[in-house]
Amino acid sequence: MSRSTPLRGVHERLGATLTDFAGWQMPLRYGSESAEHNAVRTAAGLFDLSHMGEIFVTGPQAGETLDHALVGHLSILAPGRARYTMIVDEDGGILDDLIVYRLDEDRYMVVANASNYAVVARELAARSEGYDARVTDRSDEYALVAVQGPRAAEILRGLTDADVDGLKYYAILPGVVAGAPALIARTGYTGEDGFELFVLNEHAVPLWDALGEAGRGLGLVPAGLSARDTLRLEAGMPLYGNELTSSATPFDAGLGRVVRFDKPGDFVGRSALERAAQNGSTRRLVGLVARGRRVPRHGYPVTREGAVVGEVTSGAPSQSLGKPIAMAYVTEDALREGGLAVDIRGSHEPVDVVDLPFYRRSK
Amino acid sequence: MSSIPEELSYTKEHEWVAGIDDGLTVTVGITEYAAEQLGDVVFVQVPEAGTTVAAGDAVGEVESTKSVSDIFAPVGGEIVEINSAVVDDPSLLNTDPYGDGWLFRVRVEGEPEDLLSAAEYGTLTSGES
Repeated sequence: MSRSTPLRGVHERLGATLTDFAGWQMPLRYGSESAEHNAVRTAAGLFDLSHMGEIFVTGPQAGETLDHALVGHLSILAPGRARYTMIVDEDGGILDDLIVYRLDEDRYMVVANASNYAVVARELAARSEGYDARVTDRSDEYALVAVQGPRAAEILRGLTDADVDGLKYYAILPGVVAGAPALIARTGYTGEDGFELFVLNEHAVPLWDALGEAGRGLGLVPAGLSARDTLRLEAGMPLYGNELTSSATPFDAGLGRVVRFDKPGDFVGRSALERAAQNGSTRRLVGLVARGRRVPRHGYPVTREGAVVGEVTSGAPSQSLGKPIAMAYVTEDALREGGLAVDIRGSHEPVDVVDLPFYRRSK
Repeated sequence: MSSIPEELSYTKEHEWVAGIDDGLTVTVGITEYAAEQLGDVVFVQVPEAGTTVAAGDAVGEVESTKSVSDIFAPVGGEIVEINSAVVDDPSLLNTDPYGDGWLFRVRVEGEPEDLLSAAEYGTLTSGES
């Protein structure tokens, strides 16, 4: 049985094509996903991300709990700031990637993916044992609305007294937006400037409508998961279930920088990750650009001289590059040799390896 | 609700066939329902003119942002014309699937099989959406 966000009725009213995503009925697109993608790159897009999880960790040892439970060093995070981090199992396999916001001295909000937040909440609760901290999964109470794109600040500014312009990237502050008490975060998953607004469910529809109204004439459009996926792919951001899985460590994914061995004390997965860091990976996550027009997609083999040397984790036609792009795990040996192709339904189409991200916004 | 023109024939693979009654040359495309399911089409591959195809053969493909689908020959025969405009501008499949977004023409050889009427195709798609 699929679950619905508080904005389901709004999406239906807007004529969205709904799709099942991690057990949720979510808008895939409202009209043309290319138009939605381009609107976020040039103006702004409005996203319903209420399927994501919000887990609160509170108490005098909240920071120490997270240092133990996650790979990052969260106890030194300044109140009002956010950090991209991960939770791994004892073997170093990624259970989820997270954004952790420090709301106060003794209060953190952990934002987890829809597909994983039940596991994350359970693991955090288990790992908090012995610490003076409390873990509360409030995912069912919170909606999340994001406004992303170069005009996002302009749209949000008029709806709140909070200092939107003073809010730094990866920072958060409480405020009232269009009458709704909100946590306003300058974070996102599109490669653009933008905000994520956490509000209680009952405020989701009025907030959405107010943002829509404020964005009228500024090019704001509602944007679905299809555009979100191509935006994050162009920005080289990994997706759990594609680039990130429990059989990959953060080092495999090229995200070893999130693992903070320099923090005090033990943390779950430390010894496995230390081994992974020393041994190095035999494969690496890279960006691919196709020379032809056919699109490498999730699960397609990467080949070299006919032999399989890797696998595509995500792929899509890129609006910004005008070519198909993909992320893939490829063996270090094959990357040294070069001359890679992707087996697109039986025909080996040549691709070039490029540095990530594919797209970087101009500041 | 996507449109399903009365005068066309349809396949279970969401293609339409025009001109089946004259028994000589038919025009083939994908339905509006199929185009809506695909989303923005970014790439179309159609068979080359002169190719002989059998009914049911996978003869091309349509790629959108999110997915890829095979194009099947709804009838057997020789491909006599392809729509190069739709190859150059695949978005025609979204904007005009029954008109400028046609894919190819086939000179029919043998009897076509298993084509659906507009009403039958309507029943099929209402069950899927």
